[in-house]
Amino acid sequence: MNSKVTPIKNETLVIIGNGMVGHHCVEQLTEQGALAQYQVHVFGEERQRAYDRVHLSEYFGGRDAESLAMCEADFYAQHGVHMHLGVAVLEIDRERKEVVTSEGRQPYDRLVLATGSYPFVPPIAGAEGNSKLVYRTLDDLDDIRAAANGGRRGVVVGGGLLGLEAANALKSLGLEAHVVEFAPRLMPVQLDPDGGAALKARIEELGVRVHLNRATSEIVAGEEYAYRMNFSDGESLETDLIVFSAGIRPQDALGRSAGLDIAERGGVVIDSDYRTNDPDIYAIGECASWNGSIFGLVAPGYTMARNLAALLVGKQHESFIGADMSTKLKLLGVDVGSIGDAHAATPGAKSYRFNDEVNSSYRRLVVSPDGSQVIGAVLVGDNSYYDTLLQYAQNGIKLPADPASLILPAGEGAPALGADALPDTATICSCHNVSKGAICCQVDTGCTDLGDLKLATKAGTGCGGCSALLKQVFEHELSARGVEVDKSLCEHFAHTRQELYGIVRVEGIISFEELLAKHGRGHTGCDICKPAVGSVLASCWNQPITDPSLVPLQDTNDTFMANMQNNGTYSVVPRIAGGEITPDKLIALGAVAKKYDLYTKITGGQRIDLFGAELHQLPDIWSELIEAGFETGHAYGKSLRTVKSCVGSTWCRYGVQDSVGMALVLENRYKGLRSPHKIKFGVSGCTRECAEAQSKDVGVIATENGWNLYVAGNGGMRPRHAELFATDLDDATLIRYIDRFLMFYVRTADRLQRTSVWRESLEGGLDYLKSVIIDDSLALGAELESQMQLVVDRYECEWANALKDPEKLKRFRTFVNDERGDPDIQFVKEREQRRPMQAHELNLIPVAEEVV
Amino acid sequence: MTLSTPIVEHDAVAAAAWRPLCTRQDLVANSGVVALLDDAQVALFHLPQSCDGEQLFAIENRDPKSGANVIGRGIVGHLKGDLVIASPLYKQHFRLADGSCIEYPEQRLRVWPVRLNGDLVEVGMQAE
Ligand code: SRM
Ligand SMILES: Cc1cc2nc3c(=O)[nH]c(=O)nc-3n(C[C@H](O)[C@H](O)[C@H](O)COP(=O)(O)OP(=O)(O)OC[C@H]3O[C@@H](n4cnc5c(N)ncnc54)[C@H](O)[C@@H]3O)c2cc1C
Ligand code: SF4
Ligand code: FES
Repeated sequence: MNSKVTPIKNETLVIIGNGMVGHHCVEQLTEQGALAQYQVHVFGEERQRAYDRVHLSEYFGGRDAESLAMCEADFYAQHGVHMHLGVAVLEIDRERKEVVTSEGRQPYDRLVLATGSYPFVPPIAGAEGNSKLVYRTLDDLDDIRAAANGGRRGVVVGGGLLGLEAANALKSLGLEAHVVEFAPRLMPVQLDPDGGAALKARIEELGVRVHLNRATSEIVAGEEYAYRMNFSDGESLETDLIVFSAGIRPQDALGRSAGLDIAERGGVVIDSDYRTNDPDIYAIGECASWNGSIFGLVAPGYTMARNLAALLVGKQHESFIGADMSTKLKLLGVDVGSIGDAHAATPGAKSYRFNDEVNSSYRRLVVSPDGSQVIGAVLVGDNSYYDTLLQYAQNGIKLPADPASLILPAGEGAPALGADALPDTATICSCHNVSKGAICCQVDTGCTDLGDLKLATKAGTGCGGCSALLKQVFEHELSARGVEVDKSLCEHFAHTRQELYGIVRVEGIISFEELLAKHGRGHTGCDICKPAVGSVLASCWNQPITDPSLVPLQDTNDTFMANMQNNGTYSVVPRIAGGEITPDKLIALGAVAKKYDLYTKITGGQRIDLFGAELHQLPDIWSELIEAGFETGHAYGKSLRTVKSCVGSTWCRYGVQDSVGMALVLENRYKGLRSPHKIKFGVSGCTRECAEAQSKDVGVIATENGWNLYVAGNGGMRPRHAELFATDLDDATLIRYIDRFLMFYVRTADRLQRTSVWRESLEGGLDYLKSVIIDDSLALGAELESQMQLVVDRYECEWANALKDPEKLKRFRTFVNDERGDPDIQFVKEREQRRPMQAHELNLIPVAEEVV
Repeated sequence: MTLSTPIVEHDAVAAAAWRPLCTRQDLVANSGVVALLDDAQVALFHLPQSCDGEQLFAIENRDPKSGANVIGRGIVGHLKGDLVIASPLYKQHFRLADGSCIEYPEQRLRVWPVRLNGDLVEVGMQAE
């Protein structure tokens, strides 16, 4: 704000509820300049400021409350909004126009109810504590986490959208998850019977047990687990905790007690201008009932908030005319979509159906009685059809000659609705009401960056469901205006890593200079393209990275085949395949560490890291290690790191296969493979999974009959469970699949993309990956295998290679004109070992001086 | 291919005296090595075939961000018309010609005039 006008705030506006919609209302009020006119007070019952409830489940996936927050911590203060967090409004005194809280009374001129909904818990005898959990708020999730601690099984009552999300959460907490549904199918509101059946099949495949047609009559103490649920049909199920997700009810208690009109099915009644029967009180979001309906999605809530804000400042606003309840979801990794009249309730409506029971894929297209327009759809298993169908339905686009083609498997000439075919009025983002026209406008004013577009229009920042379409429309509009969509690696290559990979392989290019001359621009390259090309060259041809032409391409870690630490020294990590090591080798490692006074630590990857070596010491250290039978561990490379193993059947009473043996085979096969990012494996001897294989890029778990293969897991910053890829494989098939999987990744992934991120960005998802690897749908299998074999055959320990060649060793000198080490590197002792001296410790006596 | 004439001579500072540091054989093409010069550490980058022909640069080895002596182990690049060196620790770029930093103007590395005198690599010392 740069103009210094003191606003006259002559009215007080109170907003009850700081959920997604209440917050959006404040945001809209600030944007529309309402703060000049109103003193705004917000009361929120929850401790946290508004957060993204739609992505609540990510709280179990590693996100914390702060990262889910809808705004910066000082947003309210900055705009002069009075925020009362953790304060519930207890009563509305309409006569005195005041709200009553535990803090006292707050007068209002206008009042907005945005109190949302609460989870409905059916009255079942015995439900209490851990057998009466719900799934709505961050605090609820903390309760569930606490209850899951030490438990083995969890049950969700309710097989709707939120119930399945809750089941996924239980699964991610390591519990065996069950869903108990009263209706004869899952997601009864959104899906028809065949859709429900397909979803059930998919979800059971993922290990969630589904019980349909079950009404819980009571909960009693269990024998094997904490509780037992008795069902009305005489069956029962034991469990350690129960989460109720049996629907939501509008939070209309304040309205009720204040005598506002309440709808038959709950919710504070509003007219099309968001007003209750008290002209000074409005209601928006899930607590409001319009025309007998409540709207349990963010998009309609945001529409209400936006228009109410405009109305409150006297600007032009749109009246509410209902909302589209179409939804696109990923539940437990399964695509589910429901559009418009999914149940074909419109009299005379006709349906087309595609039902693939083998792959549990189901699609239904509902068309108008005259067969000219899409009025509804159901999708299970593949949402790639959703955007097109939704655009047909929302914009009344005339159906193609063969409507069934819209839901038939791709490749049958389905007329995909390009961004082109959409009218300017087509809504792209319904959360923020952004039309295609608005996006074109931004492009016309010079926006060429998707991030900027999102900032300017907010499109894609609500539920996120429109992201793919948004990107498509944006890129289409850019190209239409002759703007090249920039996918360049850097200023030297207008290509992606994948494209460069293709070029290198097809043209047989073996040097950076050749690639730059033929396909790049400018001179020399830079620290982005050089290592990327270096890695591509190595993936394709696997020549020693110590070759003079390759040296200048590598990051320092690759150049010196060690990891640089914060003080310029290096760490040394020899390979300890599968974590198996003989006592003699352990002693040898200790002897080297002792001789060179290296800080020694067991890594998180089942091997041993020696820290604090200076550049000129590396060749000596390595010749001693190689002498003792070690080879490089590639801790520095974007390549295979470790294959973590458990002891398996050789020792463990539960083991069913030799997991160490398999880990050794795998580590020795793939060591040295250069890839877009590092790769980690795990091999466990049975389902107890002591090697944590399901958190690795490639996970292998022994079964009675062979091996189960998991792919694309990740620990680190954004953990992701690996997905089950194939079951009960014999050794040869396991290796064939891994060969193909890794090479396909190497070919098609972007620079610095772990398999997890790559897999998530793969169009067609896991099914597509399976079709390529298992069914060989691209007829690439043999080629991928032979490329892998070439890399395997050319393996050579890089350190052994370097030590043979005095020319290569020339580089391993701290100074070319002096034998001594770097005088600035100093250590102090801590817990009996050396560590780098920190800047503030410079007055301490360095260890080196003591020794001399 | 031995050149007897200096290939690079920084015009900014005229050198009062030339000090030999090492030989041509100590250099690594398109990459760096480090030499001691009294109390200073000098990173030497040799580009046999850069856009302007053969070039040699001498630049301070100490990375101001980490305080570690590692510049000589970075990657040589060419960004927006300038030859640069990327620090291996935090990846900020320094222009080889004058030591200025692209990302952080307050960071600047010392540079020396440098030349190949026959097989000898020599840096220029300024008059005290
Ligand atoms: C040494 C070690 C820590 C330890 O003392 O235990 C370590 C050390 C480093 N890790 Fe790690 N990670 C180590 C195990 C792990 C693990 C655990 C594991 O492998 O089971 C993980 C999580 C699993 C995973 O990767 O999925 C892990 C996830 C990361 C990440 C995050 C990757 C991600 O996809 O989110 C990074 C950053 C990156 O790669 O971009 C990272 C990066 C690093 C770097 C390279 C950071 C850096 O650039 O300096 C560290 C230098 C290693 C060095 O100097 O030797 N490290 N790091 C472990 C070496 C294992 C080994 O034997 O090779
Ligand atoms: C797990 C989960 C997944 C979801 N996924 C999707 C999705 O994919 N797409 C989608 O469109 N929608 C989704 N939703 C629904 C979406 O979150 C809601 O539609 C949206 O949050 C509604 O916003 P609201 O502000 O009306 O209500 P809420 O976000 O519930 O906010 C109401 C707030 O008011 C507070 N409050 C209530 N009474 C009082 C009082 N007396 N005094 C003070 N404060 C009070 C409550 O504590 C709460 O913080 C999901 C919901 C959940 C729980
Ligand atoms: S995963 Fe199974 S076989 Fe391996 S150590 Fe654990 S319990 Fe034993
Ligand atoms: S539709 Fe929800 S973010 Fe765009």
